[in-house]
Amino acid sequence: MEKELRLMKGNEAIAEAAIRAGTDGYFGYPITPQSEILEYLMTADPMKTTGMVVLQAESEIAAINMVYGGAACGKRVMTSSSSPGISLKQEGITYIAGAELPCLIVNVVRGGPGLGTIQPAQSDYFQATKGGGHGDYHLIVLAPASVQEMADFVEVAFDLAFKYRNPAMILSDGAIGQMMEKVWLSPQKERSKIVPEWATVGKPPTRERNIITSLDLDPNAQEVFNQKLVAKYNEIREKEVRYEEFQCDDAEYILVAYGTSARVCQKSVQLARAQGIKVGLLRPITLFPFPSKRLNELADRVKLMLSVEMSAGQMVEDVQLAVNGKVPVYHYGRMGGIVTAPDEVVENLKSKITGG
Amino acid sequence: MAEATGIKEIIKPENLVYKKTKIMTDNVLSYCPGCGHGTAHRILAEIIEEEGLQSETIGVCPVGCSVLLYNFLDIDWQEAAHGRAPAVATGIKRLLPEKFVFTYQGDGDLAAIGTAETIHSCNRGENILIIFINNGIYGMTGGQMAPTTLPGMKSSTSPYGRDIATMGNPLKMTDIVATLPGTYYVTRQSVHTPANVRKTKKAMKKAVQYQKLNKGTCFVEIVSNCPSNWKMTPTQSNKWLEENMLKYYPLGDLKTPEEQPA
Repeated sequence: MEKELRLMKGNEAIAEAAIRAGTDGYFGYPITPQSEILEYLMTADPMKTTGMVVLQAESEIAAINMVYGGAACGKRVMTSSSSPGISLKQEGITYIAGAELPCLIVNVVRGGPGLGTIQPAQSDYFQATKGGGHGDYHLIVLAPASVQEMADFVEVAFDLAFKYRNPAMILSDGAIGQMMEKVWLSPQKERSKIVPEWATVGKPPTRERNIITSLDLDPNAQEVFNQKLVAKYNEIREKEVRYEEFQCDDAEYILVAYGTSARVCQKSVQLARAQGIKVGLLRPITLFPFPSKRLNELADRVKLMLSVEMSAGQMVEDVQLAVNGKVPVYHYGRMGGIVTAPDEVVENLKSKITGG
Repeated sequence: MAEATGIKEIIKPENLVYKKTKIMTDNVLSYCPGCGHGTAHRILAEIIEEEGLQSETIGVCPVGCSVLLYNFLDIDWQEAAHGRAPAVATGIKRLLPEKFVFTYQGDGDLAAIGTAETIHSCNRGENILIIFINNGIYGMTGGQMAPTTLPGMKSSTSPYGRDIATMGNPLKMTDIVATLPGTYYVTRQSVHTPANVRKTKKAMKKAVQYQKLNKGTCFVEIVSNCPSNWKMTPTQSNKWLEENMLKYYPLGDLKTPEEQPA
């Protein structure tokens, strides 16, 4: 089977890719700018073709708990929402992390805080990469920068989630969710028939009962569990870092940007180079794990880094930690649903170069 | 010695009239003396065994006194966040439609923080069994007012008695879900006397058997006691339950398959 070329919105691409990746279940609740995911799936009605469950829940809270239930049965299940809805899901997400369940959560980010705006933003970086809910945990976070990556990362995220028994998030934004691009879609995959040994599917006489829980009232046992999680996150940091470099080889200055901002910055690099400024772009593809090691290496041979984000400056803290004072690290970004313009980035970079 | 021989005579298999069900584990129950949870657990365990459902069952525990329920019944379990058990059960049942899926929830879990999940699961007619233990109080956290606390009833957060003018009326969730077309069998029982235990077992057995038909949500409320937080002896608490709780929460079937809306 060959790949199929289509013109789609990012949200539609995620939905179609989810069906084709053999997803077992999707549980969602409408919120702008991601409602197309639920609408697309309801229209496609994959129960009739692949047997995939699609259900509109009564709230984001219910949806993430349906994901918990399905994931604990060893199924490939997912939900999607946008910032205010993702905040509501945080309770469920921390339970999922604590119960070590694999699942996919899509956040098509809009500006905040509060109801904020329905326009794109990258202001949920802290929430996505530092845990989000209570307790020590991390999600595996993938940041697509195109409609193609919206589609491709569904399967990547599920594979990582199952490999590490850990929730994975696709951290997108309203721009990538809403924009249309051509996308190559993978052929339809069969839904997996594998039942993980930890899954709750009914206890046969041949094994002990399976218990999915995040509770341990014994502090010593709970600490051992916390240490196990830390070891898992360290392994993920070691093995799963993904990033892309654009004209970094001879760069004197590095822009660090993900998702929509990375697309903007690609243009900024071209504009700056046309003015004789040697700029490169490092685009983190995984936000957790963060490409800290690579940024630290680059810091040995560049003069300055500029983190470009549609936020008040969130990822910039991870860039600063990564370079550990080797070079100055600055932030530039627009907020409130405004997408940063390529020339603004160049002007800001120039001011940082001259102004220090 | 003669006495020991006598006991041996008595415990011969043919004399056994009562024994632990295989579905109950050997773990020590974490409940206070006289609490109804243990009886409710046993009824459920007996029915799972009698119906041969051990390998088909996935249970969902609540947050509350029965948070450790997964230690007591030898089946596959999921521990839900507070109030979310019906949503978790929905996820399980939608993905494993042939399995027997139930939740076991207290009144704070089901009728306060989980009101939305309860009502919407019943409204969708999820093919799950919801077991609702109503003792009119938050037990595990130490006796705070629940949505089901009776008018005038004292608790640690209604120390002068529940004032309905400022604290609202007790919520009759079972009556509410019985009005929803999605529910198939809705009943209210109790476990405060041996006769009521037997009735509850009959009702629960019906609920489990109906559930296997996948025709909608089955909902079993068990009016129960909380001797520790009611600050009574077990006997006093059962008497108080009979005299007070049952007036507000009368026992019996609220909806049966024979009485479904057209």
